[in-house]
Amino acid sequence: MPKMNMVQAINSAMATMMEKDPKVVVFGEDVGYFGGVFRATEHLQAKFGVNRCFDAPITEGGIVAAAIGMGAYGLRPVVEVQFADYIYPAMDQLVSEAARLRYRSAGEYYAPMVVRSPYGGGIYGGQTHSQSPESLFTHVVGLKTVIPSTPYDAKGLLIASIEDDDPVIFLEPKRLYTGPFSGHSDEGVKAWASFPASEVPEGYYSIPLGKAAIVRPGQAVTVICYGTMVHVSMAAVQETGIDAEVIDLRSLVPLDIDTIVESVRKTGRCVVVHEATRTSGYGAELSALIQEHCFYHLEAPIERVTGYDTPYPHAFEWQYFPGPKRVAEALRRAVGA
Amino acid sequence: MPKSGAKTDTAARRNSALQLKFPSPPARPGEEPDYSKLMMSAPGEVRRPAIDTKPDDMRDLAYALIRVMDDDGKPVGPWNTDIPVEILKKGLRNMVLTRVYDDRMYRAQRQGKTSFYIKCTGEEAISVAAALALEPDDMCFPAYRQQGLYLTREYPLLTMMGQIYSNTLDPLKGRQMPIMYSAREQSIFTISGNLTTQYPQAVGWAMASAMSGDTRIAATWVGDGSTAEGDFHYALTLAAVYHAPVILNIVNNQWAISSFHGIAGGEEAPFAARGIGYGLPALRVDGNDFLAVYAATQWAAERARANLGATVIELFTYRAEGHSTSDDPSRYRSTEEGKKWPLGDPIDRLLKHLIKRGVWSEKEHAAMEEELINLVKGTQKEAEAAGTLGQGKTASPKTMFEDVFKEPDWRQRRQRQEAGF
Ligand SMILES: Cc1ncc(C[n+]2csc(CCOP(=O)(O)OP(=O)(O)O)c2C)c(N)n1
Ligand SMILES: [Mg+2]
Repeated sequence: MPKMNMVQAINSAMATMMEKDPKVVVFGEDVGYFGGVFRATEHLQAKFGVNRCFDAPITEGGIVAAAIGMGAYGLRPVVEVQFADYIYPAMDQLVSEAARLRYRSAGEYYAPMVVRSPYGGGIYGGQTHSQSPESLFTHVVGLKTVIPSTPYDAKGLLIASIEDDDPVIFLEPKRLYTGPFSGHSDEGVKAWASFPASEVPEGYYSIPLGKAAIVRPGQAVTVICYGTMVHVSMAAVQETGIDAEVIDLRSLVPLDIDTIVESVRKTGRCVVVHEATRTSGYGAELSALIQEHCFYHLEAPIERVTGYDTPYPHAFEWQYFPGPKRVAEALRRAVGA
Repeated sequence: MPKSGAKTDTAARRNSALQLKFPSPPARPGEEPDYSKLMMSAPGEVRRPAIDTKPDDMRDLAYALIRVMDDDGKPVGPWNTDIPVEILKKGLRNMVLTRVYDDRMYRAQRQGKTSFYIKCTGEEAISVAAALALEPDDMCFPAYRQQGLYLTREYPLLTMMGQIYSNTLDPLKGRQMPIMYSAREQSIFTISGNLTTQYPQAVGWAMASAMSGDTRIAATWVGDGSTAEGDFHYALTLAAVYHAPVILNIVNNQWAISSFHGIAGGEEAPFAARGIGYGLPALRVDGNDFLAVYAATQWAAERARANLGATVIELFTYRAEGHSTSDDPSRYRSTEEGKKWPLGDPIDRLLKHLIKRGVWSEKEHAAMEEELINLVKGTQKEAEAAGTLGQGKTASPKTMFEDVFKEPDWRQRRQRQEAGF
C-alpha cells in the first residue's frame, strides 16, 4: 500500500472523488495552477482540467457563497479556505445560508459542500495562522464538523464528507500535515512514513462520519480528543504510564455519543483535550454531555485541557500550546495519582 | 444574427453549451513574459484635473497611467509638481533604507532567527512617497507590504527589528508574527493578518476625524488580490456616501501569492475603475515612479482636506520577489517577468532623475548606500543581542495573559497562575 503524509492523503481523497464523480469540483485561493499553499490540491488542475479545479479570488465569503450555489445546482464543491483563521468573512454564508437551506426550504434545496481548512498551531503562525475555530461551527445546527488525526482517516473522512449531502466543515490539523506531533516542541518532525496510519489505499474507501476511533483501549480514565491533540494525548498517556482509553472523535458533529458514554461508564473518569480556547470550546459541550449521560458513574470531576483564553501569541507558542505536560497533569488529577 | 426572430435566437442560444472564462496569466515558468496588456500611457500624457472636478468628469483617469519621469529620468507633464529636491533626496534615502532593511531581515529569517518575513522589493516608492506627501500625523492603515511608511516616519529601526525577532525590544511583546507592526506614535495602525479588514476601518477613522472637526485625514492600502474581499466594497461605499477624508490605495503588484491580478478581476477592468461605480475619483498611477506617486497622493490629500471626499488610487507596480519567506514564485510565474518589468525599478529611476538634475551623483549614492548598510547591520547586531526568536529572550510569558481585556478577568488570572507565570 502506498505511504502518504496527511497532505497527500487529502489530495488523494479529492483526486479519487473527482475521478469517481464528475460533479465534484475543487476551488479556492491558490489551489489551481499552484496546487495550494500547503500543496493539498497539487496536480488536480493538470489532471482534471481548469473547469474542475480552479483559482478563486481572495473572497472567502464569495467562495463559500458560490459553493452553496453550485451545491444547489447539483455539483459537489470542495472549497479550500487557506487558513481556518480566514473563514470568518464566510460566516454569514455558512451560518445563515449553508446550514439552513435544507430546513427553510423543507428539503427542496440543500447544499452538499465541503469547506476544507487548515487549523491549529505549532507553526509559529501567531494569532492569524493558528486558531482552532471548531466550536464556532459545532454551535451551528445544520453544519457538520470533521477533524482527522492521521493520513488514513483524513482520506476516508474527506471522501465521506464529499459524499455527504449536507455542508461539512473539514478542519485539517496543519501541524500534522507532514508527521505526527507529540507536542514536545524540541522534538524534530517525524515523517508519517514510519507510522502505520500513513498506509493509505490508492483508491476509494470511506470512513463514516459520526464514528469515533478508540486509539488506545484502557481502564483507568477516558481521554477525549481530536486532531493534533490525539498525538499529544497519546504522548502524555505514555509518559504517565496511566492506563487511559484514548478516543479520537474524528467527527465532532455528528458526535459518536455511544462510544463516549460506554467508555466513561467503564472508567468513571474523563479528561477532555482541545487546542482551542477554553470558554465555550467544544470541551464544554463534551463535559455537559458526559455529566448528563454518566453522572452516576463519575468518580472524579471531568478535566478539561485547552488553549488559554487569549489569542495565540507568536513568541509564546509553546507556553500557550496545551502540550503533553498539561495533559499529563490532568490525567494524574483525574485518576487521583 | 439570423433574421428569423427572437424565438429561434433563444433556441439557438440554448443549444450552445455555456462555459466560463478561467483567467490565466500571460506567462508561466519558462515562458516569455508578455506586457502587451499593461495599458500604459506615455510619461506626461495624462491630464491633471483641478481637485474640485466632478468625479464623473474624470473617469478617464482610471483607465490611463499617470507617469511623470520619462525614460531618461526627466519629469514631464502636468503631474510634474516640482517636488523640492530635499524631499526627493529623503525619498531616495528611505527607499534604499527600506530595501537594505528588507534584505537583512529576509536573511535573518533564512538563518533561522525568526519565523517569517515579507519584502516589498520594487514597491518602495509606494509607501515612501506617500509618507512624504502626507502630513506626519495623517493616519495610515497599511497592509503588510508598506514598511517604507514606518522607516520614513522614523519609527526606530531597532524597535522594528525587535518586532521581527519577537525579543525583549518588541513593543508588541512577541504577540504578533514578524512584520505586523503597530506604531501609534507614528500614526500607523496595528496590522491585522486578515486581508482588507482595515480598509473600511480607515474610512471609519476618517469619518471620525471629520465628525470631530479634526484636520487629519486617513490613508489605507490593500493589494490587488485583496480587493476581492467584501471589506473593500464596504470601504468604497462608506467613503463615497459620506465624502470621508480618506485615500484608498490599491497596490497592484500583479500577483497575490500565486494568483495573477486577473484572478481578482484585473483583466476585465483596471482596479482603479472600481472607484467609478461608487462615484469616487480614481487615479491609476505608475507605482515605480516616485514623482507620480507623490503627486497623486498630494492631489488626493488636497481633495480630502478640501472636504471633496475620498480618492481611489491604483498603484501599478510589480512584486519583484516572492510573496514571503514561505513562497517560491518560480513555481508559478516566469522569472523573466520581473527582471524586464517595463516600468523599471523605483530606486533606479529616482536616482537617474536626481543625477540628471545634477543634484546627486553615483558617488554620493554609493556612499549613502554604504552608510545605510552599516546602519542597518549595526542596528541588527544590537537587536540580536536582545534575542532572536526561539532563544527565550522575550517579554515575560505572563504578558500573554494581558490586554485580552483592559483588565484581565478571572479566567486569565487563573490560567496565568496555572501556567506558573
Ligand atoms: C482574509 C484572508 N484571506 C487569505 C489570506 C492569505 N493571504 C495572505 S496574503 C495573500 C495574498 C494577498 O495578495 P495581494 O492582496 O495582492 O497583496 P500582496 O501580497 O501582493 O501585497 C493571501 C491570499 C489572508 N491573510 N487573509
Ligand atoms: Mg498583489
